[in-house]
Amino acid sequence: MAEFFTIGIIKTALEIGLIYALVAMALFISYSILNIADLSTDGSFTLGTAVSAVFTISGHPILGIFMAMLSGSLSGFCTAFLQTTLGIESILAGIIVNTGLYTINLAVMGFSSNLSIFGTDTVFTLFAGENPFLSEWGTLILLLLILLVVAFALRWFFGTGLGLSIRATGDSPAMVRASSINPAFTITVGLCLSNALTGLSGALIAQYNKASDINLGNGMVTVALASLVIGETLFGKRKLLGRILGVIGGAILYRLVIALALRLRVPTEAFKLVSALIVALAISSTRIKELFHYAKLRRNAMRERGENA
Amino acid sequence: MLDLKNISKTFNPNTIHEKKALENLSLHLDKGDFATIVGSNGAGKSTLFNAISGSFLLDKGSVILEGRDITFLQEHKRSAFIGRLFQDPLMGTAPHMSIEENLSVSYIRASGLSLFSRAGKKERAYFREQLSLLDMGLEDRMNHPVGLLSGGQRQALTLLMATMVTPKILLLDEHTAALDPGTAEKVLSLTKRIVAEREITCLMITHNMHQALELGNRTLMMDSGKIVLDLSGEEREHLTVDMLLRKFSEKAGKALDNDRILLS
Repeated sequence: MAEFFTIGIIKTALEIGLIYALVAMALFISYSILNIADLSTDGSFTLGTAVSAVFTISGHPILGIFMAMLSGSLSGFCTAFLQTTLGIESILAGIIVNTGLYTINLAVMGFSSNLSIFGTDTVFTLFAGENPFLSEWGTLILLLLILLVVAFALRWFFGTGLGLSIRATGDSPAMVRASSINPAFTITVGLCLSNALTGLSGALIAQYNKASDINLGNGMVTVALASLVIGETLFGKRKLLGRILGVIGGAILYRLVIALALRLRVPTEAFKLVSALIVALAISSTRIKELFHYAKLRRNAMRERGENA
Repeated sequence: MLDLKNISKTFNPNTIHEKKALENLSLHLDKGDFATIVGSNGAGKSTLFNAISGSFLLDKGSVILEGRDITFLQEHKRSAFIGRLFQDPLMGTAPHMSIEENLSVSYIRASGLSLFSRAGKKERAYFREQLSLLDMGLEDRMNHPVGLLSGGQRQALTLLMATMVTPKILLLDEHTAALDPGTAEKVLSLTKRIVAEREITCLMITHNMHQALELGNRTLMMDSGKIVLDLSGEEREHLTVDMLLRKFSEKAGKALDNDRILLS
């Protein structure tokens, strides 16, 4: 086992898992809390990588992170505007924004489909400095810090009046109409926040990989949804902080499964299919358990009847 | 207090489904009035409530509450001072949020606190005290999700949320109709107590003729988008259900037809 899963592999899985956990948290806000399937996630993620890469190349990696979050929330604002003001179905609104973002992302990268970050500092190299321990473990520590800050900030936010209103918007539209909550406002704030996290994730992955690519975000919704569902299924529906930490756990677990697949020499081309299968399995797991349970009940009942006859 | 001036609303105008839901309806309520509303199916009772709370814009007429013209005020802005309860007990609360969180939402909203304020110790004590008045043991279950409560408990909670900060007017749309008789009685007596204690102006739709005469100080009967009968004072006091029905058919030119009507 030790040889099968080396420390290096686990460390990488943890690092990437933590970065992608941010997208899973973004979907936790849009999908679990607001009950909106935000399909602009892919584009929004790529936007984060592009903005972050451009700023990092010009020597401002930290500013790049914040600008990526800002542009992410702008993209979320567009999706929300299409839904709330123009009355476009939420799934369609996401698809429309996602399509538009492709061009925008290309434009951000100077109409090239990829950008490499060479010879400039990233937040990770800045954090590590000259310290040998940090150059080995700094990335993981920095990511852990970021994730913990985000998790606790989210827990705080969803306990405030605004946060509670956002949760109520997704939970009971009828209640929201009868209370003085403006759903257009809460949906907008929720999607801005959610896409800021997606942008943050993209920003970190660009500086982590020292590259941005126009196709980096493809399938991100599925991957993040997989993490989210794994987290919510395994770690259960607990209190808010537990759920948020569960989502992070789900994202890391998903990465470990992928690392396992890599060790089993599953070709990289097959990864999207593997992701899709994992999502389908994770989402349907409760139902599958139920079906097995029913089958067992029926079998037992049949047997009893057979004995009585 | 509340003034509805010649309000009209037609749904699907100029189509085969055209429905004149409210026709040139006027109504004046004084502060502290508690009026019950009865009427046939499709008479426009719920539409009247939706007009007051702003679910749609009126074709004609105006809505004035405490001297303020709210005809074009958005629904969520009106909700800050209009309390509403629906027949479906599931509609007024968020099932996956705890009792405390549900109360916090309406408390923080209605009391005009900042968006980032949270319910602290003082508020929790207040929630607990309010919940204990319901006498349903909910004060010991503040962290339970509301989805686990029974319909009657949820309706009582909704009532509490709607009146947490005293509304200018309370609209009750058959809010006990979906509950079992015992629970309905309990929620109703709660309603009576809260409305009386805080002197809330209140409109209540009911299909229970007895309630319509018993509760409050006014009885309104609606038919085809109009108020055909408005009874109060001495005239109302001596009225029996039979007399009420007779009066209705005289005014409306037909018998009251409501498939859920309760005469006792």
